[in-house]
Amino acid sequence: MTLKRYVITSLILAAGLLPDVAQAQEKLSTIASFSILADIVENVGGERVEVRTLVGPGGDAHVYTPTPADAKAVAGAKLLFVNGLGFEGWMERLVEASGSKAQIVTASEGVTPRSMEEEEGHDHEGEKGHDHEAGHGDKGHDHGHEVAEGKAHGHDDAHDHGENDPHAFQSIANGKIYVGNIRDALIAADPAGKAEYEANATAYLAKLDEVDAQIRAAAEKIPATDRKIITSHDAFGYFGEAYGFTFLAPQGVSTDAEASAKDVATLVKQIRKEKVKAVFVENVTDKRLIQQISRESGAEMGGELYSDALSAKDGPAGTYIDLFRHNIKTLSAALTR
Amino acid sequence: MSPYDLLIAPFAEFDFMKRALVGSFALAMGAAPVGVFLMLRRMSLTGDAMAHAILPGAAVGYLVAGLSLPAMTLGGLIAGVTVAVLAGLVARFTALKEDASLAAFYLLSLAVGVMLVSLRGSNVDLLHVLFGTVLALDDATLILLASIASLTLVAMAAIYRPLVLECMDPSFLRSVSSAGTPVHFIFLGLVVLNLVGGFHALGTLLAVGLMMLPAASARLWTQDISVILLISAAMGVVSGYAGLLVSYHLGLPTGPSVISAAGAIYVLSLIFGAEGGFARRFIPIRHLEA
Repeated sequence: MTLKRYVITSLILAAGLLPDVAQAQEKLSTIASFSILADIVENVGGERVEVRTLVGPGGDAHVYTPTPADAKAVAGAKLLFVNGLGFEGWMERLVEASGSKAQIVTASEGVTPRSMEEEEGHDHEGEKGHDHEAGHGDKGHDHGHEVAEGKAHGHDDAHDHGENDPHAFQSIANGKIYVGNIRDALIAADPAGKAEYEANATAYLAKLDEVDAQIRAAAEKIPATDRKIITSHDAFGYFGEAYGFTFLAPQGVSTDAEASAKDVATLVKQIRKEKVKAVFVENVTDKRLIQQISRESGAEMGGELYSDALSAKDGPAGTYIDLFRHNIKTLSAALTR
Repeated sequence: MSPYDLLIAPFAEFDFMKRALVGSFALAMGAAPVGVFLMLRRMSLTGDAMAHAILPGAAVGYLVAGLSLPAMTLGGLIAGVTVAVLAGLVARFTALKEDASLAAFYLLSLAVGVMLVSLRGSNVDLLHVLFGTVLALDDATLILLASIASLTLVAMAAIYRPLVLECMDPSFLRSVSSAGTPVHFIFLGLVVLNLVGGFHALGTLLAVGLMMLPAASARLWTQDISVILLISAAMGVVSGYAGLLVSYHLGLPTGPSVISAAGAIYVLSLIFGAEGGFARRFIPIRHLEA
């Protein structure tokens, strides 16, 4: 390549990275770190926003490795939506490496984080989801606490993740906070679309309320003592807190800890003692271990729950709302058998 | 805690512990003798290289058919055998030695595998799947492990004499028989087979541990090859049992516990081994005097 050509090429490349005046008329270019967040941003942004997802449907955001194409997209984006609470450990490095000027929006800003040690939200008395739970009585609460203690013992050595559970999006009350944050960030970045973003957000919030009511109705039908589920990775803490379920997991909160024989044995004993009815697998982790535990303890295999990622668009959980619909349907089917 | 609670109760109470025990026994009995011959032929690191060669095959099997035992086994076998055969051919017909050609082919296999996986665009944590878990052995996997162990033992018995000769005096073997080349390939096939079996239980990389550590430990106790074979298999079996107990009582991850137990036996053998251990070298035992 001659020097002249080289200079021209680099100028063209550099121009591509600069915010172009002509592009202001086009769609606002944004990035969402994982599929669930991308779906929410799409719903709030509507026609004015283009969303690129880094960790696509079925992917595991805990262990994702960015590609050069991702770094390039991050460098060119105006807004970068992340979940926060330590969910995307790789994000900071990616942003730095790509030299991005994008504004980072933490969607979980304002959510009351659920601490990993305290399984039930005793500390969060004033919290939104909490008053709803009061109706289910103290019984479920005590159980949850016992379970939490048993689990903490089994995990002492393997467990040094952050104190906060990052899966805040698993409760619709939190999902609504996400929507608010995303709406405000979009308006700040693109004031011309204010009316449209507000209208989209209001419509989407109404839909979320509707789903929230459906989940509560479905949960009411399951006897409180039966709302105990085993699942392969501890991602449903917020869901359980909001809707009165207790989730036990054979692994810690992260998908990359390997279970020990002691953990599995403790869990099997627990299932037998507390008569847990169903064991669920998720779309992102190893099914073999859960199958083994189900065989061992006599609890049924309850089907697939979606935790950290959506399914493909035409799958059972292609959107954030469908994810909740699918999960509650699967849960009720297994627990009311 | 009574000895029964400590040593037997975990297996009596839980099915998954029984399965894990049976699986690791099968693995130890097949892999340890293979490891002994690898060591005697100065090919100890070949096991490790082959494990890397198998990984991409299994990964591709997973991408094509999901978490399916036959697909992952077949993928691993194809990748492993291809690399072994190509490396062997290159070593026999070109100026390159086997270690160099093996290194070249396993790296190629690894690179092609990673490329195929990325093309598919899924970022489900493949390592998590490929590092099999000994706690989740189902019937099909146990049968596979047991079949591989049986096949290995029968095949080893059949090629035992030329195999020993090729370790001790390859030029003599070449002068009396033309069995050297086929025996070498059968042997490499057994290495691949055992590593593929091992990756369902321990993951490919740890499976090498159950192959090489007992072999190296056993060598420190005797010079008699048939005794080495027996001791190494026994050490593998003990490592499996001890590792599972450690994982059960102390809550440590299971695969690494099993290999660490084998490692502990190795260190003990290094120190106290009757044949070249440290203690014997520096604290000479008085010879019988007439």
